[in-house]
Amino acid sequence: MIARILATATTEIHIARRNRWVLIAVLLMVVFSLVLSAAGSAPSGALGADRLSVVVASLTSLSVYLVPLVALLMSFDAVAGEVERGTLPLVLTYPVARWEVLAGKFVAHTAILFTAILAGYGAAAAVTILADPAAVSGLGALWTLTWTSTLLGGTFLGIGYAASATARRVSGAAGLAIGLWLGLVVLYDLGLLAAVVADDGGAFTTRVFPVALLANPADAFRLFNLSALSATPVASGVGGAANAVPQWQSLASILIWPLVSLSFATLLFRKVEP
Amino acid sequence: MTSTLTISRLTKTFDGVKALSDVSLRVDPGERVALLGHNGAGKSTMMKIILGLIAPDSGDIAICGVRPGDAAARSRVAYLPENAVFHPALTGLEQISYYMRLRGVAVSGAMDLLDRVGLAHAAKRRIGTYSKGMRQRVGLAQALIGQPTLLILDEPTSGLDPVSRRDFYDLLDTLAAEGAAFLLSSHALTEVEARTDRLLILSGGRMVAEGSLPELRHAAALPVAMHIRAMNGYAPDIMAAFPGAIRANDAIHLTCTQDEKLATLATISALQGKVSDLDVIPPSLEDIYSHFSRRDGQ
Repeated sequence: MIARILATATTEIHIARRNRWVLIAVLLMVVFSLVLSAAGSAPSGALGADRLSVVVASLTSLSVYLVPLVALLMSFDAVAGEVERGTLPLVLTYPVARWEVLAGKFVAHTAILFTAILAGYGAAAAVTILADPAAVSGLGALWTLTWTSTLLGGTFLGIGYAASATARRVSGAAGLAIGLWLGLVVLYDLGLLAAVVADDGGAFTTRVFPVALLANPADAFRLFNLSALSATPVASGVGGAANAVPQWQSLASILIWPLVSLSFATLLFRKVEP
Repeated sequence: MTSTLTISRLTKTFDGVKALSDVSLRVDPGERVALLGHNGAGKSTMMKIILGLIAPDSGDIAICGVRPGDAAARSRVAYLPENAVFHPALTGLEQISYYMRLRGVAVSGAMDLLDRVGLAHAAKRRIGTYSKGMRQRVGLAQALIGQPTLLILDEPTSGLDPVSRRDFYDLLDTLAAEGAAFLLSSHALTEVEARTDRLLILSGGRMVAEGSLPELRHAAALPVAMHIRAMNGYAPDIMAAFPGAIRANDAIHLTCTQDEKLATLATISALQGKVSDLDVIPPSLEDIYSHFSRRDGQ
């Protein structure tokens, strides 16, 4: 079982390397992280937080958008691409379970994502610490951000696989993936914001809003990282709600989501008739 | 002897259209069986059901005693799809190594395997740069991994040049001698005729004929054609002996049933001295094939 999962993972890494996906993911993360750390570390003095914690707060806001996007871009081809190329029937005649195929892809894509995140955050940390050695105290927060970002990426890899298995066409899967990203990461927050403003401190804001935040993997990720930051003064916007929700709840959401999305993707993949 | 593959009363319907109805067959170890039928006759559907890729509506299938699609069945069955395709970004060696790992076979033999199908020189190039024939060889190489007991080959020689085709069938003979059974579909009737033990003909989802070529020839009862060349001036005599004959160019064409063949030949030999040459043309595989697989209403 493990050997078959690793066999698929190795093959997927070869493919991602040749298709320049590894390079694209790493470059994307490094460039955006460096830009943010350069732009975001300026006002730190006034806030009484170390520079790196401020950078972590900015990186959290960046990762909420970027990590799901990169994960979806890597995963939307996983099933639909194999169906469209015609490589799926042959693989499925091998003594390998469908969930093992998906698990192999997941291992490979998560490893690539982790590498990209590590490179991006690492670059941002290096630049910040070089400018201010005292910023080393923020490394703990950065590490928390790193592993939670990887879990967030894992969740969206699963969502991407599910979209891929549903669409069965690469073009359809790509559209579905972008739609899901827009819905879950951008529009969901806008909707909540609008509802909170309209509700004006009523039952929605106190009861439904925290649950709605936890139900969305991206919001749970943001909540957890902002509440974990010692520099909560830098948290703003939706992050302001961070303290209203106990940290274990957002942590649970972060941990459960990858399992849910991957199981859902496996379920949909089983229904694909090659 | 236990059979490698047994199918009884297999039926599959797609959206109300019968793709296969009531098909039964049996393949024994070491047997090379050809599956013939025109496009849409149900060949690929049957192969996919044997491979466990799609489920039949009714009927029983056993591969060495196990159900298709079971891990035990899949570890014994190899498949070569029509137009074998692989990820273009992988090299031949990487692709074969992957399939070997999935079958739990040591990857150290990957180069040997590629060498066996004549791809050793291109092993480290991307499959995207391969020709169709080379891709087909990668497909063949993966079908040989782990000594399968049943090989399902969907038009295995399409895209191969004549020499490669011969090599391919030689390889098949070697494997068959070791006890592997083959079920292969093809449109190249002449090579199937020479290289397989038994023919199955599917038409409109039904098994319309089954047996060795002589058996099918007998069952079809197609007429035997004879072309007689007369000695100078004796053509009218021969025409008189065979009222049904047609005279075309220099030759006289006549046909007779299988049962009349010897009697006809006796009549011709009685005309010794008037006949300069004689060709006996048995019905070709193409004739037999079209006899059995004639579409409905034709």
